[in-house]
Amino acid sequence: MANAAISANSSEPSAPDGDRSVAKAPRDYRNIAPYFFIAPAVFVMLVGLVYPVFDSLYLSFFDWKIGEPFSKADNVGFTNYLRMFSDPDVWESIWVTFRFGFWTITLEMFLGVTLALMLEKPIRGASIFRTIFILPLMVSPVVVGLIWRYLFDARVGWINYYLGIWFGIEPQVWLGDAELAFFAIVFTDIWQWTPFIFIIVIAGLQALPSEVLEASRIDGANWWQQIFLVKLPMISSILVIALLMRLIDVFRALEVMYIMTGGGPGRATELLSLHIYNRAFDAQLLGYASAIAVLLIVIVTVLSAGILIIGNPMKDKSDV
Amino acid sequence: MPGVGLNNVVKAYGSTVIIPDLSLDIRESEFVVIVGPSGCGKSTTLRMVAGLESVSAGTIHIRDRDVTYAAPKARDIAMVFQSYALYPHMDVAGNMSFALRLAGTPRAEIDQRVKRAAEMLELTDYLDRKPKDLSGGQRQRVAMGRSIVRDAYVFLFDEPLSNLDAKLRSTMRTELAILHKKLDRTMIYVTHDQIEAMTMADRIVIMDQGIIQQVGSPRDVYTAPKNRFVAGFIGSPSMNFLDGELHGSGSKLEVHGQGFKIPVSKRMQITANAAKDRRVTLGMRPEHFAATANKDGKYAALNLDVDVAEYIGSSQFLAASLGGQPITATVDVGPDAEPMGSGQYFFDTNRMYLFDRASGEAL
Repeated sequence: MANAAISANSSEPSAPDGDRSVAKAPRDYRNIAPYFFIAPAVFVMLVGLVYPVFDSLYLSFFDWKIGEPFSKADNVGFTNYLRMFSDPDVWESIWVTFRFGFWTITLEMFLGVTLALMLEKPIRGASIFRTIFILPLMVSPVVVGLIWRYLFDARVGWINYYLGIWFGIEPQVWLGDAELAFFAIVFTDIWQWTPFIFIIVIAGLQALPSEVLEASRIDGANWWQQIFLVKLPMISSILVIALLMRLIDVFRALEVMYIMTGGGPGRATELLSLHIYNRAFDAQLLGYASAIAVLLIVIVTVLSAGILIIGNPMKDKSDV
Repeated sequence: MPGVGLNNVVKAYGSTVIIPDLSLDIRESEFVVIVGPSGCGKSTTLRMVAGLESVSAGTIHIRDRDVTYAAPKARDIAMVFQSYALYPHMDVAGNMSFALRLAGTPRAEIDQRVKRAAEMLELTDYLDRKPKDLSGGQRQRVAMGRSIVRDAYVFLFDEPLSNLDAKLRSTMRTELAILHKKLDRTMIYVTHDQIEAMTMADRIVIMDQGIIQQVGSPRDVYTAPKNRFVAGFIGSPSMNFLDGELHGSGSKLEVHGQGFKIPVSKRMQITANAAKDRRVTLGMRPEHFAATANKDGKYAALNLDVDVAEYIGSSQFLAASLGGQPITATVDVGPDAEPMGSGQYFFDTNRMYLFDRASGEAL
């Protein structure tokens, strides 16, 4: 089969167009080959990604509980959606998610870019610092959640202990207070994900052509001007991609909050994904949870499209 | 002295010395081309003048001012890079005006200067385009425009034409020469291409291994190379070098080598007679061979075994050997001649060069 394809390929290019119809030259398999190669990936995507998305869309029209055969589930039409739009808990978790996303992404971008700019130069020990900064990224989210849950623990946590010793601050019930718990999950997320921005930005900075930076020095740019007028604009596409990936991550984030706070106290740290999880597996409302999941997909899609349109990463793609 | 001066400049990275000791004075408004093979230190020299590389020892002066430790922006220089080094996120006008905007030049003056430079370089129609939408030649012109609007005292060029195709390169060469006339500024130009050096320079600086081999006008370095390196580097195709020994004396002086005996020309006799070491290297430029003897008789007949004769229009390029040593010759035989074969060819002895074989210095 493979041999036949190869011989067909090798004879094809030399055959003039006119002869092709007359001699019925074998079909040109070169056109099919690329599809053949991407087929496994497409298959995995279809089974693992596209199918669940459409299935949850389908499921969102039913009222279904775990353990109950799906054939017995009631088709409730748009009831789940109507309920969702008037459900204050859903809106609250959306609000929490946006607030969480705003603080984490803003601070992570700022810290990640600042660190990258500081460690970009080959200073002594830069590689050690770089390695240390990347470490949090390698820790599994569940472990991160556990570590920080103990660190923030009101009675045995190091944070209270050292705040007391060093600053004389009274022990705080970090994970039991709405504002403090929100601060704790933002802090934890920044701890884990700033390195991600850092790696991407430092890679982008190091790939900048040195001659352009030298030209800007000759043109009279000082350190700040070089950063804000040359370096950052030149890696803007990378920043947009990093921002986009973090944004999607925020809507995916689940494990850390699940372990640290379980969404509480109240709903203070219940991000949308955690809310969906709680609705699906705690309250057993699979259909309703699916409807909220569809809303999540819509929100992420709209935000991503918006970022891509505003800061198209391919816009300034250039070989200069 | 105004202009640019490098005094006993040393450049070393740790224990690796790139430039052991370099001194060079460049006059105001002069067009100096630094030429040499890859890794000879020519770019490093230029970058030290620009302030992009630190100087390990020695001083650099620009217009009577010691700028050895001055930042690039404080040196009153403009630089054009091989890769153009344009800012990809700015349009042409933005690229050209960047330095002026940083310096806080009034808007009206910026516009006027950019407009004038754009007119000079025929870029007026492209001012609002991004670099990625320009061809290589246009990008190169933007890079030049960026320097021109600066109105700097010294213009530095680091192999600016190397990324262009041959035809565009020769056009840009001419444009650069015109630009130099118009601007009347000191220009230092680094290249590995000796044609660029010969065509544009007021003076050529030939470097090898971090050391200046010769400084002189294009005519000087071609007709009176100081040593074997310069003789081999300047001229295309390169000069032929054959080992030989001096025999006889006075006006009967000859160079003998494998397969040849060539009388030393009158021009060379005094220095050649004075040579302590009789072992020499004979230098013959390929273009000084001929298929027929010239009338004044100042020639040597040589039997060449021709391996290949390449047709290059009105002349032919011969890859041959003389007494077993490879030799190249360009003979002007007209466009209709048949490919030349082995046989007798004539070398113009007035154009011979002799070098001390051990030191490589010209006699």
